[in-house]
Amino acid sequence: MTTTPNETSQEQLERVAHGRRRQHLEQKIITVLLMAAALISILTTVGVVILLVSQSVGFFEEVSIWNFLTGTEWAPHVSPQKSGVLELVSGTLLVAAIAGIVSLTLGLGAAIFLSEYAPERLRRILKPILEVLAGIPTVVYGYFALTFVTPIFQSLFGPDQVSVFNALSAGIVMGLMIMPMVSTLSEDAMVAVPRSLRDAAYALGATRFEVATKVVMPAALSGIVASFILGLSRAIGETMIVKIAAGATPNLTLNPLESIQAMTAYIVQISGGEAAQGSIEYKTIFAVGLLLFIMTLGMNIVGRWIISRFRQRYE
Amino acid sequence: MDHISIQAEIRIGMNDISTRTKIQGSSHSVRIWRDRVFVAGFVMAVLIGIAGLFALMLDVLIDGLPFLDFQFLTNYSSWEPHKAGILGPLGGTLWIVGLTALFTIPIGVGTAIYLEEFASKSRLNRLIELNIANLAGVPSVIYGLLGLAMFVQFLFNGSRNVTAGALTMTLLVLPIVVIASQEAIRAVPSSYRDAAYAMGANRWQVVKSVVLPQAMPGMMSGIILALSRAIGESAPILIISSLVVVAFIPTSPDSAFTVLPLQIFTWIGHQNPEFRGIAAAAIVVLLIVLLSMNGVAIWIRNKYQSRPEQ
Repeated sequence: MTTTPNETSQEQLERVAHGRRRQHLEQKIITVLLMAAALISILTTVGVVILLVSQSVGFFEEVSIWNFLTGTEWAPHVSPQKSGVLELVSGTLLVAAIAGIVSLTLGLGAAIFLSEYAPERLRRILKPILEVLAGIPTVVYGYFALTFVTPIFQSLFGPDQVSVFNALSAGIVMGLMIMPMVSTLSEDAMVAVPRSLRDAAYALGATRFEVATKVVMPAALSGIVASFILGLSRAIGETMIVKIAAGATPNLTLNPLESIQAMTAYIVQISGGEAAQGSIEYKTIFAVGLLLFIMTLGMNIVGRWIISRFRQRYE
Repeated sequence: MDHISIQAEIRIGMNDISTRTKIQGSSHSVRIWRDRVFVAGFVMAVLIGIAGLFALMLDVLIDGLPFLDFQFLTNYSSWEPHKAGILGPLGGTLWIVGLTALFTIPIGVGTAIYLEEFASKSRLNRLIELNIANLAGVPSVIYGLLGLAMFVQFLFNGSRNVTAGALTMTLLVLPIVVIASQEAIRAVPSSYRDAAYAMGANRWQVVKSVVLPQAMPGMMSGIILALSRAIGESAPILIISSLVVVAFIPTSPDSAFTVLPLQIFTWIGHQNPEFRGIAAAAIVVLLIVLLSMNGVAIWIRNKYQSRPEQ
């Protein structure tokens, strides 16, 4: 590329200089464009926060934050208006708790098997099969909960005990959906535990189970906890399963066989076009959305922080 | 069983079995037995996951196959279950995927290139990375609300069109593309870059002619996974589109639309229970599309990983 001045004519020199200038300009333009692309993600976050906060402010002018957070009745569309979000929060948490129990039990068990017991060849077959679960659309899980799982519970406990829409089916199916996430993250944490710790325990005569539960799991505990927190956050934000299978009845209950309404299900129900823009009912979805955003963001930040701290310990 | 008792076992020696049993509290055979029982438990966890997957597939196939024929793909939705088809939502899904790819690929790959090759590790850039990780965890309904306010109401004056849907999907899947592309770029050996720099190439030339071609397979598999997420996602589209019956294929970027998962959702909630079979048939089509896309992504990833030069 580079040519020395005494070997080239004036025109060649100018051509090279011109080419260099052009390349330099090109690089500058590209850098600005790439930076603009990277800024879109920042703008997205800013947009979400501004939107949720500005729309909620209008709502909180009419309903106090205290009443919103502590009221136990949710009926913003009738008058006198009742805007206690606890009925929706309890619905969301009930489903998420069931999903959490299912996904932690199955996910942790699978992670221990895959990381501590399964030979490499078996692991290579089982892991992709389990990961198919994570790629199935949520609307399909909703269908599965409604048409397969709920009828099973209805025949077990009697149709008058189990509502067609209930928290239990939605929670179990959601747990199945989140299981690969919990399993993969927990397994990553366990695989990162140094081999020497395992070898030391084996040398002392420990069985595989003892190595897994008394050496590997305590060492990987923070990663396992993080996987569980991220899984729960996913369950809280999930929409279609609860919309299809858990019902549309705001309900402050601990009975998983009853119909409930989750926060996400309420948001899509109202925003689907039923409420007029600017009405109090329309504003409620942004207040509920803001609460949902704060809950999931908080859990994600905690989960990610635990994972990054854990990585530093062993890497 | 804690470490002290295991150590005690070693100290006492292998021949004095009775003393060992007393000190440990549980005999060798009990420990072996416990090991086996729990292995069975761990295997069960894996098997329940796989059984759940198969139950789901069978449930959908049994309900849906009677309705699945060629006409199902070429008919529009209908009030009669046996005449209903998915042509409208299939067209809408194609539009959404096409436009989302058009928006997502340059923005997502651009962000990744900027963060990995151009940005210094300044506070702003660390903030961008942290922000992308958090965006990946924002619930999809929130993106729906953002799309409704920002694209439908602000940008398109209340028109619930297919471009608004695709822009919303772009924001939703962008973190997936960025994170996958960053990993692919990081996997390119720095010796390749050094060689190009040594020949006088500038930063953009290095990226364009060395880094991008090498990182392409990894980026492709991330892009395919992101697009399959865009195909399967329905909550934001439920907020953006809000159409129940669509008897047309969108003809331009400002057409109204529905997508396959949203049509499935509508049919599941139909008063006539026969429509659940139609919903299942549409699910079969959706799953075939998504599983083959995921298969291609995994195939690309494996082929890429098995290359010797790393």
